[in-house]
Amino acid sequence: MPINVLMPALSPTMTDGNIASWIKKEGDEISAGDLLCEIETDKATMEIEAVDDGVLGKIVTPDGTENVPVNAVIGVILESGEDNSALDGWETSAVEAAPQAAEEAPPIEKVAKVKAPLATAPSQLLQGRIFASPLARRMAKQSGLDLETVSGSGPNGRIVKADIEAALAGCASAQLPSAAPVTEELPVPASMAAIGPYEDMPTSNMRKVIAQRLQEAKQTVPHFYLTIDCEIDELLKVRQELNSRSDAYMLSVNDFVVRASALALRKVPECNASWIDNGLRRYNSVDISVAVAIEDGLVTPILRNADQKGLSALSDEMKELVGRARAKPMSLAPDEYQGGTFSISNLGMYGVKEFVAIINPPQSMILAVGLGEQRPVVKDGALAVATIMSCTLSVDHRVVDGVVGAKFLDALKGLIEDPLTMLL
Amino acid sequence: MADQNFDTVILGGGPGGYVAAIRAAQLGMRTAVVERENLGGICLNWGCIPTKALLRVSEIRHILDRLDEFGLSAGEVTFDLEKIVKRSRQIAGQLSNGVEFLMRKHKVTVFNGEGRLLGSGKLEVAKNGKTFSELTAKHIIIATGARARELPGLEVDGKLVWSYKEAMVPKTMPKRLLVVGSGAIGMEFASFYSDLGADVTVVETLPRILPVEDEEISALAEKQFKKQGMTIFTSASVAMLKKKGKNVMTAEIKMADGKSIKHDFDRAILAIGITGNVENIGLEECEVKVNLGHIETGQWMETSARDIFAIGDVTGPPWLAHKAMHEGVLCVEKIAGVEGVQALEASHIPGCTYCRPQIASVGLSEEAAMKKGHEVRVGRFPFMGNGKAIALGEAEGMIKTVFHAKSGELLGAHMIGAEVTELIQGYTIAKTMECTEADLIHTIFPHPTLSEMMHESVLDAFDRVLHI
Repeated sequence: MPINVLMPALSPTMTDGNIASWIKKEGDEISAGDLLCEIETDKATMEIEAVDDGVLGKIVTPDGTENVPVNAVIGVILESGEDNSALDGWETSAVEAAPQAAEEAPPIEKVAKVKAPLATAPSQLLQGRIFASPLARRMAKQSGLDLETVSGSGPNGRIVKADIEAALAGCASAQLPSAAPVTEELPVPASMAAIGPYEDMPTSNMRKVIAQRLQEAKQTVPHFYLTIDCEIDELLKVRQELNSRSDAYMLSVNDFVVRASALALRKVPECNASWIDNGLRRYNSVDISVAVAIEDGLVTPILRNADQKGLSALSDEMKELVGRARAKPMSLAPDEYQGGTFSISNLGMYGVKEFVAIINPPQSMILAVGLGEQRPVVKDGALAVATIMSCTLSVDHRVVDGVVGAKFLDALKGLIEDPLTMLL
Repeated sequence: MADQNFDTVILGGGPGGYVAAIRAAQLGMRTAVVERENLGGICLNWGCIPTKALLRVSEIRHILDRLDEFGLSAGEVTFDLEKIVKRSRQIAGQLSNGVEFLMRKHKVTVFNGEGRLLGSGKLEVAKNGKTFSELTAKHIIIATGARARELPGLEVDGKLVWSYKEAMVPKTMPKRLLVVGSGAIGMEFASFYSDLGADVTVVETLPRILPVEDEEISALAEKQFKKQGMTIFTSASVAMLKKKGKNVMTAEIKMADGKSIKHDFDRAILAIGITGNVENIGLEECEVKVNLGHIETGQWMETSARDIFAIGDVTGPPWLAHKAMHEGVLCVEKIAGVEGVQALEASHIPGCTYCRPQIASVGLSEEAAMKKGHEVRVGRFPFMGNGKAIALGEAEGMIKTVFHAKSGELLGAHMIGAEVTELIQGYTIAKTMECTEADLIHTIFPHPTLSEMMHESVLDAFDRVLHI
């Protein structure tokens, strides 16, 4: 009978995991002890070891599958003598059975064994047992600290009081006396334990996602930044001219920036791309995410196929999306804010001259747009006044090199400074 | 001629030094110990062990004084001081020989002489001023220990004014004994001589006796000592000792109120602290930093000089043999690159004083814990509430525990009464393992034992005490 390989619980708190990659392919012979695949959790990447001999009959959750629940079937091993026909009708029943099984987690060892943590996560995740002194356990519990995030310095890697104190002190000076009482209910961010009086705020899921994604982006994406100044006097003139012709639309400077960006991405298609595990993914459509501030966070509604839409269409669509983004509750469907190919963040209306933004993965670029303001410029050797808008592009260097990024900005600048070309 | 080249040479064969040597040998190092007197050091020859032999005598003597209480009778109890001292010396000698055996067993070379560092990796050993060996060592561990401190006007003359050394081998029993200093050494001698019938006066400059102990324990001890007949002056100091005759001196004691009193004594014991043996061992040749009479060390016992380490009393307080031994082991293991060596945690070092009543403690006193800003829960349990203590006829004493109110960490434990020096290890294990009150409460203590009081004290700290 085929043997199911289940998503193991690598820690007591793990509810789901991602398949980082399969080391074995379907049809590969497997002996006990072979590495089957790598599982990603929010904390670590672990190798899963086979405990049975056989053939990897089927990979149920391929590389990159995310949020696979613990105990869900991730693959099926055929025992010796069995062929693929044994899988007929097997797989579905097993998958369906998984949710019920989730309550009583079978020991990992039954089907697959976790080999070793690949990341720097504490080694004690093995077998789900954490070695910690009673005092360390209690202190962690009282401060909401997850013991799995602490590495132990005691005998045989046991987590002791000093490790908890160090984790709570974070980067703050450990000598500072902790002044404020710790709220029992809320986890204390590690870096705040040694600071003065404070108040812990519960956070929305959105805030958590923002925190996690931006941290990940800044830590894992090699950013570089390019800034360019665009003269927008002509653009302002065209905008005023167009807006005066009809009450049916009201174009903003940002609408022009969206349109210009979309066209620039068409001109420099190398920029409309993402870094994926095995290489680059270039997008055929130009979908522009625009950062919109909403209460307690931000969303990035997407103007799909922005390069194929005119200014008034973009403008109307944007207003409609912003309206629904700011409605309570937010009424954007996930596909309306997930999955653009390029982002724009505009803080010009708040008087920000220029800034750098964090890339929104898997996108490879984000344009930070500053305030259009009159600045002294030198033209033909003489001082003049022009309305200048500084734009800073954050670029994922894995995807886009400096010169390519500069080409994009040059195209963007050309379109913005000569807005009639946007009509072409 | 013995080999002159070693991996590790240890200067000093006291408890720190010889234990470090055994561990070094176990780890495969070619090891030597240089000792100028007897293996086992002060602890074994002139400290911990021989005083315990003496205190056993005074303890028995005290029980004999109470025979009637137990329904026993005997003839007049007398003692032979010479025999008492002889027994004490014999025990010290026996154990020193034991250390010699251990050195042979572990193939540790012992050089009998005065060692002196000659710069990095080199030492000379001399006897009577004559160098007889030059050694090389990859690592040198200084374990030269410490000696009694003296103050101007209060110098040991070996006849009327004793240090611990003379106090350990009395030829006659002093009738009126002055003990200057009420730390562990002072109080053990005070207790011994008092129980053997001497009229003992203790003078302490600090406001309480046994000043490193918990305030409550100090107060209980003072009460009991006074009940036994000792005279105790705290916040007082001996301004002068003036020899009056062959066997009499006058002490001028400056009292807490500023007035001075004069008192005659026939012997005085100076126990006013100790100072590290840092002289004449060549420290200046190797840039080993010395501060206030003690060698400065880091957490792995490393000194400011490369490949030179220091352990035990010469590195500063607490001056305890078990601290020296522990430092010796961790130092050697660190040198050998053993994985997972743990640094010494000062709050896990127990302290024991073998006077009557015995006193033992580990960790923070209640006031020290409060000073550190901890919110505490304190438990107390009296010997009076313990069946075994009453059966033993030892119903005086107390066990006190101090917990962190929030985390339940055992911050300190403080005990006074019979056999508490044998009990303290339980709390020491608890502290080392970082137990909370929950673990101690869940522990089953055997009945009937004195150790049940350790349980009850914890229960009391959390308002769950059973037997009071």
